[in-house]
Amino acid sequence: MDTKRTTFNNRLLPYLLLAPQLAITLVFFIWPAAQAVKSSFEREDPFGFSTVFVGLTHYRQLIEDPNYLDALWRTAVFAVSVTILSMMLGLAFAAAVNRVTRSARIYTTLLVWPYAVAPVVAGVLWWFLFNTSTGLLPFFLERVGIRWDHDLNGTHAMILIIIAAAWKQISYNFLFFLAGLQSVPQSLIEAAAIDGSGPVRRFFTISLPLLSPTTFFLFIINVNYTMFDTFPIVDATTGGGPAQATTTLVYKVYQDGYVGLNIGSSSAQSVLLMLIVMLLTFVQFRFVERRVQY
Amino acid sequence: MLRKLSMAAFAVALSATSSLAATEVTWWHAMGGELGKKLEEIAQKFNESQSDYKVVPVYKGSYPETLTAAIAAFRAGQQPAIVQVFEVGTGTMMAAKGAVYPVYKLMADEGEPFDTKTFLAPVTGYYSDTKGNILSLPFNSSTPIMYYNKDVFKKAGLDPEVAPKTWKEVEEFSKKIVSSGAAKCGLTSAWITWVQTENLSALHDKPFGTLQNGFGGVKSEFTFNGPLQVKHWANLKKWQDEGLFKYGGPVGGDQAATMFYSQECAITMNSSAGRAGVINNAKNFTPGFAPLPYYDDEIKEPKNSIIGGATLWVLNGKDKATYKGVAKFFSYLSKPDVQADWHQFTGYLPITNAAYELGQKQGYYEKNPGSDIAIKQITRGTPSENSKGVRFGNFTQVRTIIDEEFQALLANKKDAKQSLDSAVQRGNALLREFEAANSN
Repeated sequence: MDTKRTTFNNRLLPYLLLAPQLAITLVFFIWPAAQAVKSSFEREDPFGFSTVFVGLTHYRQLIEDPNYLDALWRTAVFAVSVTILSMMLGLAFAAAVNRVTRSARIYTTLLVWPYAVAPVVAGVLWWFLFNTSTGLLPFFLERVGIRWDHDLNGTHAMILIIIAAAWKQISYNFLFFLAGLQSVPQSLIEAAAIDGSGPVRRFFTISLPLLSPTTFFLFIINVNYTMFDTFPIVDATTGGGPAQATTTLVYKVYQDGYVGLNIGSSSAQSVLLMLIVMLLTFVQFRFVERRVQY
Repeated sequence: MLRKLSMAAFAVALSATSSLAATEVTWWHAMGGELGKKLEEIAQKFNESQSDYKVVPVYKGSYPETLTAAIAAFRAGQQPAIVQVFEVGTGTMMAAKGAVYPVYKLMADEGEPFDTKTFLAPVTGYYSDTKGNILSLPFNSSTPIMYYNKDVFKKAGLDPEVAPKTWKEVEEFSKKIVSSGAAKCGLTSAWITWVQTENLSALHDKPFGTLQNGFGGVKSEFTFNGPLQVKHWANLKKWQDEGLFKYGGPVGGDQAATMFYSQECAITMNSSAGRAGVINNAKNFTPGFAPLPYYDDEIKEPKNSIIGGATLWVLNGKDKATYKGVAKFFSYLSKPDVQADWHQFTGYLPITNAAYELGQKQGYYEKNPGSDIAIKQITRGTPSENSKGVRFGNFTQVRTIIDEEFQALLANKKDAKQSLDSAVQRGNALLREFEAANSN
C-alpha cells in the first residue's frame, strides 16, 4: 500500500497536535462512560449520601425485567424500520434528482431542509399532523376507515415515531446517495445503455452496486442515529407511551435515570446500550464490509 | 474551582443592579409563563421591602427537571438555598435528611414566628413528618375539581346550574349529552393517577397504600387495587366503550383541556389551578365549577380531596446569613395579603387560613363564583389516614406506571382488575428499590 507518511522532527509535536481532540474525547466521552460503568455497579440514593456496591444486581434485574426486554425488541423494530424507510426514500429521491437536468439544485435544497429542523420541532410537527382531535391526517384517515389514536394504540404510536424519525433522516441519506450517484462513472452507464439496458436495469446493476460503500456507511450512521439521537422525537410526540409502546432503550435510560433518579439501573442500561451499539458496529464492519465493493 | 469562579461571576452580574451588600438567596422554581411572572413579581416586592437580602428566582424548567437539577447541583456543591419541589417528589426529599434543612427548624433557629396552625390543615398534613413538623413551606397547592360546560348542559336538556354530584349522575348526564348530540363526549379527565386514582381513594376513605398511605415509612406497599378502584376503572373503560368518556392522555392529560375547550367533551376534571385557563379559553361557552363526584353507594359523606402542587424546600450547605434571608422571605410569603394575591391570581389554594379569610372579606369568592369550591372540598370533614395524602418514594415513576396500565386497560389489553394488579405489583418493586437505596 502506498500511503503518505509525514515525519515530524519534533517528537512532542504530534502529541501536542492531537492533545485538544484527545482532551475533548477524554472529558466528554471516556470520563462519563467510565462514570456510568462505575455507577452501574452501585446503588445510591439520589443525593449521593450513601453508595453501596451491589455488583451485577442492576444488570440481573434488567435481564429479568420483561419491560426491559420489550424495550429492546421495540428498539430493534424502530431502528430497522427507520433505517430502511429513510434509506429507501433517500435513495429514491437521490435517483430522481440525479436524472433531473434542470432545477436539480432547487430540489436538492428543498430535500435537505428537514435536516435543519431540530428533532424536537420535527416531533412536534408530526404530533400536530397526527393529533387525534385537531390533526389533519387523522381527519383523512377516518374517511378511509382508520380511526387514528396514537394516545391509546401502541402500533399507531410506533408508526408515528418511525415516520417522524425517518422524515428527518431522509435528507441526510439523500445527500450522501446523491453524491454517490454523481460519482458513478458516466462511461459505464453509457456503455450499458449502448448494450441496450434500460434506466431501471442500469440503476440496479450498475449504480446500486457501486453505491454499496455509501449504503454501508449510511446503514451504520442510521442505526446509530435511531439508537441515540431519537430521544427528542419520542419525548415530543408520545413520551414513550401508550403503555410503553414507544419506550426505546434511550428513552428508558432517561425515564429511569433523569425522571426516576434511579442512577444505578439507568447507568447499567447505558452501559448495555453502549455494548449493543459496539457489537452492531463490529458486526457491520466484520461481516457486512466484506461484501462491500469499494 | 473554575465552576465556583464562574458561578461567582454570574452572581455578581445578577446583583450588579442592586446594592452589593445584600445577601443573595437563590430560589429555583418550575413556574413558567404567567405563573412565573407572578412569582418573580413576588420576589421583587420582597426585595423592595427591605435591603438586607435579595431573592433571586431562577426558572429551571418542569417540576421533574427542577428536582433533578437541584439534586445534581447539591452533589456538585452548587445548590440553591430554596428549591420548589412538586408533591410527588416529597418522598424523595424527606428521605434525603442530610440535604434538607427542615423549615420548622429553620424558622425556630432564626427566631421567625412560624405557627403550623395558621396553615390550612390538609396542606400541612401533606407536608409534615409523623410528629407534625412542617418540613417544607407550602407554596402552591391545588386540588382537583370538576369543570362543566353550562351551554352543552342546556342543549342536552339539563339544568345548567346543577352539576352531577355522584358518578351515577355523571353517567346519566353524559348519556343525555351524547344521545342528544349536545356534545360528542360526556366526560374526560386530566391526571388519571392523581384525580381518578389517588383522589378517588381519598374521597371514599380507601387506602392507596399501607402504613397510612406511606406516611409511616419506606416499608409501605401499594393497595390501590381494591374493589372501589377496580370498579371505577372498569366504569371508565365501560364509558369509553359507550362513547361517554374520552381519554385525555398520560401524566397531566393535556388533551383533556383541549377537548373541554373545544366543547368536544362536556365535563372535565382537573387541578383547581386550571381555573384561570378555563376562564380564558372558554370563549364560546359558560363554564361551571363543582366538587369531584363520588359513589354514593360507597360513602355517604365523601372525605376531603388531597392536594397537588409544590412546596419550597431549603437545602443544606449555605451560610447563616443566607438562612436568615430565607426565613425572612418565608415569613413574607406566608403573609395574608401576599398569599391571597397569589391564590386569587393563580387559582392555587390559599395556604393560610388568614389568606382565605382575607379573600372572604374582600368579597373575592362572591365576585368569582366557583373559586372557593377547591377550598371547601379540601377542608370538608375530618381527614382520615386515607385522605391525608400519599407519600411514596419513586412516585414519579409509579405515576407513569399507573398511566401505562390505564392505557393498557383502554386498549383492551387487560381488564380493570388485571391492570390495577399489575400497577400495584410494578409499583411495589419500585418501592422496594427505594427502600433499599434509602436504608443503607
